[in-house]
Amino acid sequence: MDGEDLHLTESYVSSSGLCLSPEQKTALQTSLPILRSQNKFTQVYFWGKIMGVKDDYFIAQGVIRDQLSGRKNFYSLDCASWNLMPQVTDDIRAKSLKVKGRFSGDPSYEFEQIDQVETNGIPSEETIVLREEDRLAAVIEGIIQDGAIAPRGAFTKNAKGVVVNNVNFQGLPPLDAVKLGSYLHLREAVNLPQKSLMEREKLEPAIDFLDPIEEDIPKGSWALQEERGHQVTLRSLYWPGLTAYHIPNTAKFGYCYFGLGEKNNDIPFML
Amino acid sequence: MNGTAEPDVVPEAAADAGSPVVPAVGDNATNGLVNVSEQKYQDAKAFMLQSSTQSGLNLYDHLAELLSNILSKRPGNIVDYFEELSKNVKKERAKASEDYIYDRPEKPNEIANAELETTLFKATDEEMDVAMDDDDAQSPVPNIIELGSHFQSAGMSISTEETYRIYFALKTLADTHPLQTVRFWGKILGLEKNYVIAEVEYREGEEEEDDEEQGDEDKEEDENPEDADDEGEEDELPKSTYKPPPVILKEEKGSGANRKSYFVCNEPGKEWVKLPPVTPEQIASARLIKKYFTGRLDALVVSYPPFPGNETNYLRAQIARISAGTQISPLGFYQFDEEEEEEEGEARENFIENPEFEGVSARELCDSSLGNWVHHVQHILPQGRCSWFNPSQKGDEEFEDEEDEDEKEEPDEPEPEVGPPLLTPISEDAEINGVPPWSVKLSHKFAREIAVAVVRSNLWPGAVAVAKDKMFENLYIGWGHKYSSENYSPPPPPPVMTEHASGPDITEVDDPTVEEEAALRAAQQEALEEEGGEEMEEEEEDD
Repeated sequence: MDGEDLHLTESYVSSSGLCLSPEQKTALQTSLPILRSQNKFTQVYFWGKIMGVKDDYFIAQGVIRDQLSGRKNFYSLDCASWNLMPQVTDDIRAKSLKVKGRFSGDPSYEFEQIDQVETNGIPSEETIVLREEDRLAAVIEGIIQDGAIAPRGAFTKNAKGVVVNNVNFQGLPPLDAVKLGSYLHLREAVNLPQKSLMEREKLEPAIDFLDPIEEDIPKGSWALQEERGHQVTLRSLYWPGLTAYHIPNTAKFGYCYFGLGEKNNDIPFML
Repeated sequence: MNGTAEPDVVPEAAADAGSPVVPAVGDNATNGLVNVSEQKYQDAKAFMLQSSTQSGLNLYDHLAELLSNILSKRPGNIVDYFEELSKNVKKERAKASEDYIYDRPEKPNEIANAELETTLFKATDEEMDVAMDDDDAQSPVPNIIELGSHFQSAGMSISTEETYRIYFALKTLADTHPLQTVRFWGKILGLEKNYVIAEVEYREGEEEEDDEEQGDEDKEEDENPEDADDEGEEDELPKSTYKPPPVILKEEKGSGANRKSYFVCNEPGKEWVKLPPVTPEQIASARLIKKYFTGRLDALVVSYPPFPGNETNYLRAQIARISAGTQISPLGFYQFDEEEEEEEGEARENFIENPEFEGVSARELCDSSLGNWVHHVQHILPQGRCSWFNPSQKGDEEFEDEEDEDEKEEPDEPEPEVGPPLLTPISEDAEINGVPPWSVKLSHKFAREIAVAVVRSNLWPGAVAVAKDKMFENLYIGWGHKYSSENYSPPPPPPVMTEHASGPDITEVDDPTVEEEAALRAAQQEALEEEGGEEMEEEEEDD
């Protein structure tokens, strides 16, 4: 959610139980502008909170010019001082998929897990060691891949190919706002290049350069609700705790994640 | 400027099809040049005036309108967003012509919803205010606005506006039903709609009986004897030796898992629906499945093992499990009633508020040993009840077979299940995968003096309790499922039925061959002849 008017937009996601305490909001009002100016971001977002056993991590995201490739993530334990998150390498990504369990709340904590590996056909056990900070970075990257969404038309590619906010975005009309096809993933398009040319002919290249969430597998992994007839709330079932909102016919939208940082792999049983 | 030239009107230069300066006729040498450039200009303009075959617009008019639009509005950085603006101008033109065709749209959802919510806002008049002050009995609805602000400090809450709406809805509930206490239990999210849940306790003797349930049970029992009679008259069908597992009686209203009643609604302003009491079978099944709630109470729960009931029952079972696992209070707030006699072998069920409770400071409540918090809802045994029910007790209606009397060698009586007694501290709770079952800390990091103690459950993510001095409250906001770091695995189907034990009566034997049959027949003939011979001898003797 935009770091500028956090205290106003928080009420849009609070129907899912996501909320910040007044102290945290105050601290964010002070620390986010400082973060923005120190790193010369064009925009700073409050991304969410990952709850650990002993302590919680607050995550902020800064954007330099390009909304897709210019994103940088920061974490904090108290909303007042921010630390840059480490880069996610392939090795960390692979390890984080195997490690299970809650985050502890201590960034230097090391997860150890015994993994069954087959080397040359002989099963053996390997111990995976992963620092919590790295796991945090990998998990957040995963959540953004699956869960960061925006209404169609909110972002556009300008002539230079840079993804920016669309100043002419007036909001989705109410009938479109309740369709899953009107929302797009904020990530490098994965499914789009595989579509046939005929399908792509109907898309507008300036707006439809992202994947729609309608095609997510499994179908039904997004719960779309119209709250009070006024606001559309989307909740991801894959990452419980991720809530996105949009108010039709206005340019208000955003998403936020307040959760345990664990993927819900039981979806097929639960739907 | 030449008199014959048409004046250039500068702002409207593009809007108006004004011709440019045409030098006077006179200079023959320049005339040719002028004509050429004029010709080019006319060509260009004619080209731009060509109507598009697709949309009937022409470029000239479009550019004219676009530029006048820009110059009148003068937005910043227009060159970067030029394409967008052009598209918008086209859209506007299309819209303008259709203005008179559309009908007025139906009432949008927002207005319908708002009208529903206006029923919540009932201003109390003066008389009622005075009556409330005099009345000893307090309003059954607690001040959830104040409690809401504590939950907001804890970081797990709904917005203030929504809290107010729920507060009004609870008051409506208290007005329409004779309730002693009402509590906002929490919110369970669903796929299509959410549930707002209120935990209530009826005033003594006022609770309505679920008469419909009783009626159905009686009807079923009546039908069974009739069937038995019919069977006896026709051919004797083999009687099934299947005995269904003994039905474990559900707990009475007001005790165990059914101690409190629950009302749900989808949104404040909508009707409150009462949930039926929960049966041990439903709780046991709910432990084996994991399904999302849809938000419609009549939805079927399609699962394996099949859940005995629909979403109403599943919701009620989950509420029971969550309450049993996460409703906690500071040590000393509740105590056992000294006057009540403790029955032998039975766990103490009833407790009362401690009038001498002095309050526990937030700091003490945050003690990581968790010794200052206790459960005040009974633990649910694996059987599905809070107090052990012995299923092998003889119940007249349950066993209709006569063979029962013979089977005195019933398998050993199942061992009674025990659970932790009421008011045990939460430090006794079991760990999950190495993670402590509760996380506790102060709500504020910087302003510790005003902080409240926050206890979050790691077993049921979404369950939270706050307390400070004499105040405490529990709340649940979540999807309604237990936490497990391992993936959910449905129970495997039961083993395949074994074949009938093999014995001589069903073992396949080869049919006798012709020779064997002939030999047998011959042997039989011989035997007969011998007998016949003997008989004849006997007859002769008799004669």
